[in-house]
Amino acid sequence: MNIINNNILTILTFLPLVGVFFLLIVPGNDDLAKNNMRRIALATTLVTFVFSLVMWAMFDSSNPGFQFVQNYSWIGDDVIGYRMGVDGISILFIVLTGLLMPMCVLASWESVQNRVREYFVAFLILEFLMIGVFATLDLAMFYVFFEGGLIPMFLIIGIWGGKKRIQASYKFFFYTFIGSVLMLLAVMAMYWQAGTLDIAKLLQFKFSSESQYWLWLAFFASLAVKMPMWPFHRWLPEAHVEAPTAGSVILAAILLKMGGYGFLRFSLPMFPEASAYFSNFVFFLSVAAIIITSLVALVQEDIKKLIAYSSVAHMGYVTMGIFAGNMLGIQGAIFQMISHGIVSGALFLCVGVIYDRMHTRQIDAYGGLVERMPKYAFAFMVFTMANVGLPGTSGFVGEFLTLMGIFQVNTWVAFGAAFGVIFSAGYALWLYRRVIFGVLEKENLKAILDMSPREMAVIVPLIILTIFFGFYPAPILDATAASVEQLVNQYQMSLGQIGALAEVAH
Amino acid sequence: MNSDLTSFADLAPAFPELMLAIGAIVLLMVGVFTSSKNANQVVLGIAMALLALTALLEVAHPADGVLFNGAFVQDSFARFMKVLVLIGSAFALAISVSSADEHKLNKFEYPVLVVLATLGMLMMISANDLISLYVGLELQSLSLYVIAAFKRDSSKATEAGLKYFVLGALSSGMLLYGSSMVYGFTGHTQLDEIARAISLGEPSLGLIVGLVFVMAGLAFKISAVPFHMWTPDVYQGVPTPVTAFFASAPKVAAMALFVRVVFDTFEPIARDWQQIVIFISIASMVLAAFAAIGQKNIKRLIAYSSIGHVGFALVGLSAGSQIGVEGVAVYMAIYLTMTLGLFACILALKNDEGYVEQIDDLAGLAQSRPFVAAGIAIIMFSLIGLPPLAGFFAKWQVFLAAIEAQLFILAVIGVLASAVSAFYYLRVIKVMYFDEVVHQFDDSALALRVIIALAGFLIVTYYLTLGVPLTQWAQTAAGSLF
Repeated sequence: MNIINNNILTILTFLPLVGVFFLLIVPGNDDLAKNNMRRIALATTLVTFVFSLVMWAMFDSSNPGFQFVQNYSWIGDDVIGYRMGVDGISILFIVLTGLLMPMCVLASWESVQNRVREYFVAFLILEFLMIGVFATLDLAMFYVFFEGGLIPMFLIIGIWGGKKRIQASYKFFFYTFIGSVLMLLAVMAMYWQAGTLDIAKLLQFKFSSESQYWLWLAFFASLAVKMPMWPFHRWLPEAHVEAPTAGSVILAAILLKMGGYGFLRFSLPMFPEASAYFSNFVFFLSVAAIIITSLVALVQEDIKKLIAYSSVAHMGYVTMGIFAGNMLGIQGAIFQMISHGIVSGALFLCVGVIYDRMHTRQIDAYGGLVERMPKYAFAFMVFTMANVGLPGTSGFVGEFLTLMGIFQVNTWVAFGAAFGVIFSAGYALWLYRRVIFGVLEKENLKAILDMSPREMAVIVPLIILTIFFGFYPAPILDATAASVEQLVNQYQMSLGQIGALAEVAH
Repeated sequence: MNSDLTSFADLAPAFPELMLAIGAIVLLMVGVFTSSKNANQVVLGIAMALLALTALLEVAHPADGVLFNGAFVQDSFARFMKVLVLIGSAFALAISVSSADEHKLNKFEYPVLVVLATLGMLMMISANDLISLYVGLELQSLSLYVIAAFKRDSSKATEAGLKYFVLGALSSGMLLYGSSMVYGFTGHTQLDEIARAISLGEPSLGLIVGLVFVMAGLAFKISAVPFHMWTPDVYQGVPTPVTAFFASAPKVAAMALFVRVVFDTFEPIARDWQQIVIFISIASMVLAAFAAIGQKNIKRLIAYSSIGHVGFALVGLSAGSQIGVEGVAVYMAIYLTMTLGLFACILALKNDEGYVEQIDDLAGLAQSRPFVAAGIAIIMFSLIGLPPLAGFFAKWQVFLAAIEAQLFILAVIGVLASAVSAFYYLRVIKVMYFDEVVHQFDDSALALRVIIALAGFLIVTYYLTLGVPLTQWAQTAAGSLF
C-alpha cells in the first residue's frame, strides 16, 4: 500500500499512457479491433478514475500543504525537475478529469467510426496531460502539460470535428498559443528571480513589486484566454461547436478549468500586489462576461454555441470569486468550476445524444422531444436547472458563494453579476422550451428514440452528482477548505504588509 | 617559428581531422580503382563508417589542446559541435542511399565530397586563426558548391549550384575583407591574440568595420536574414538528399564558427556585436515566419523554417552568456535531429510521378501512410516548439538565456514569431490529417523508416532520454569557451 501511497500521482498521470501503448499494439482495423480499442480506452479511463478516487480517499483534507509529494531534480540543480503533489485546490480537478474521461469514451462509442485508434490515443494522451497540469509542482512542467494539451485537442477538433473544423482548430490553437508563449517568458523570468522552478518554493518567495505587474499580465494573457474571459473568448464558441461531443465535454469541463486553476495557483499567491491592483480590472471583465455573453447566448440558434456562451458567463463568476480574495469567493469559485465541469459536460453530452440521432445542432430543428424522449427530457431539465443555478442543484452553490464573496468586496460588482442569474434563466429555459416542449410536428423527429442504456450509463451518474452536491456540497468544500484558508491568509497578509508599509511611508 | 610538434602523440587533438583527411584520399583511391559497378555503394558504406568512427574517436579519445602554432584548437565546445557535424553528415549520407539512383547521386565522388566538406567543417569548428578559419571554410564551401551542382543534367540543380557559388564567393570575399581589416587594426590573425589586442585600448572604427564584415560573411553561411536569399532557391533546386545535407551539418559548423569568433575574438567589444546578433536574430525569426506562410513547395518551406531556427538559435547567442552558448549548442543538436528526421520522411514519400515536393501532395497522408505522417507531424509540432517535444526544450534553453540577459523585447518578438511560424507548420499537419487522400505512395526503404522512428522517438521522449546527457554535455561545452 505504501508504494501506491507514495507514487499515486505518478501512477495516475502515466496510467493513460499505458492505455496508449495497448491501443497502438491492437492489430487490425476491422470492427472487432475497433471494439477492442474502445474497451481498452474505457478500461484505462475507468482504472484511472478509480485511482483518482483512491487518492481522494487517502487525501488528508485538514492539511493545507502539498500531499503525495515527489521531488526529483532533472539536471542537477533547481531547473526543471520531476515534482508532483496535490493540495486541496488541485485534487478535485484530477478527480473531475478522472470522472469525465470514461463518459467521454462511452459518448464516443458509436459516434466515432473512423480512425478509432487515433481518436482514443489522442484522448488518452490528453488525459495524461490534463492530470499532469493539476498534479505537477514544477512550473516548467506545468507549462509543458498546459501547452502540450494543444496537440491532441487541435487534432481532435481538426480530424473528428464538424464542417468548419479547420477554422475552429486553428483559432483554438492560435488564441491559446499566443497567450501561452508570453506566460512562458514569465516562467523564465520567475526562474531567474527566485532561482527555482519548484512551485512549493515559489509560493514562499516574494517577487519584487515592480516585476509582479509584468509577470501577472503575462500569466493573465495565457490564463484569461484559456478561461476564457471576455473579450478573449472568441475561440471558444467555434471550438465547442465544431469539436466532437467528447471534445466539447473535455474543453468545457477540464481545459477551461486550467485557467482558473492557474489564477489560484500562480496569480493570486505569487503576485498578490498585482492581483490586488488588477482586481477591479478583472471584476469589470467578469461582470462584462456575465452580462454580455449571457445576452449573446440568448440569440444563438445553435445549441452547442448557446451552451458555449453560457460557459463563458459562468466562468465570469469564477474569476470574480477568485479575485475577491476571500474565503467565500475562492471556495465558491472552486465549487463553481467543479459544478460547471459536471453540468456543462453533461449538457454537451445531452446535445451529443440528439446530435447522434439527427445530425444537426440547430435549435429550430427540434421541438416536442418530450413526447418521444421522456427520460431525455428529464435529464436535460436537471442540467438546465443546474445551469440556471436553481437551489438544490450544484450550480446554485457556486454562484451563491461567489456572489457572497464578492458582495463583501464590492457591492456594485455583485449587483452587476446578479443579472447573470436572471439572464441565464432566460436563455436556458427558452432553449429547453424550444427543444423539448412544443408540438412534435417535424416528420423526421417522429421516429426518434429515447436514450439507450449506454447513454443512460453516462447521464445518470451526472444527474445524481448534480443533485447530490446541490444538497450536500460538503465533500467538495471540506476538501478545499484548509488549502484555501491558507491561500487567503497568505494573500491578505502580504497585502496587509504592503498597506502597513504604505502607512509608515506616509 | 619553431614547431610545437615533437612527436606524433602531440597531434592527438587533431586525430579526427587527420583520420578524415587520410580517409578521404583513401576513399578516392578506392573509388577510382574499384572496377565493379557498385563502386559507389562500397565508397558510400566506407564513408559512413569513416564518419561514424571519427565521431567515436572524438567521444572515446578526447584530447584538448592548441596545435600548429595556435592555428588549431580542440576543446569541449569544438568536440560537441564536431560530433554533431559528423552525425549530421553520416545520417545525410544514410538518407541518400535509397534514392541515390533517382537523384543521380550514384557516383562515388558524392560520398568523397561529403567527407571532404565534413573535414572542412571540422577545421572551421577548430579554427583559432583567421587564416585556418578561412581555409576550413573554403574547403567546406568548395565541396558544397560541387555537391550542389552534382546532378549536372538538371538545369535546376546547376542553377542552384551556380547561385550558391556566386553568393558564397561574395560572402567569402566579405569575410576575407573583414579579416584583413581586423588584422590591420590589431596586428594579429590568431583569434585569442586579437581579443587581447582589442582589450588593450579603445576599439577603433576600422576594427568595428572589420567586425561587421566578418559577421556578414558568417551570417551568410548560417543563412541568417538579411543574407538568406540563396537558401530557398538552393534548397529547392538541389536534389533532396543534398538539401538534407545542406540543412544539417554545414549549419551546425557555421554556427559553431560564429559562436567561437564572437566569443573568442570579439569578446571585449561584446556590446557591438550583440547589437548585430540581436538584429539578425529578430530579422531572421520574423521574416522566416511570414515568408514561409505562402510557400507551396515543402523544400522551400523547410528553407524558411531553417532561417527561422537560426534566428532562434541566435537568441541564445545574443544573450552573450555561458547559458546562452549552452542554449545554442542544445538548439543545434535538436535542430539537427528534427531536420534529418524530416528529410527522411520526405524521401520516404514517392509516388509514380517521383518524390513528393508539393505540400498539397501530402493530402490524406495520415490514412495512406500513417507511420510517415506521424513522423512528420511529430517533427512539425516539435519545430513549432510545443512541449513535451524536443523543440520546446531547445527554445526553452535559448529564451532562458535571453531573459537572464534582460533582453525582454527580443524574447517577446521571438515567441510571437514562433507563434506566427506555427501557422505554416500546422498547415502541413492539416493537409496530412484533415484532408482526404489524393495520392498513393510506394513503400519506403527500411533505412528511412528506422531513421524516422529514431528521430521521432528521440523527439517525443527527449525529456526522459536525450535531455539530461545532452544538456550536461552542452554545459561542459559552453564552459570551455569561458
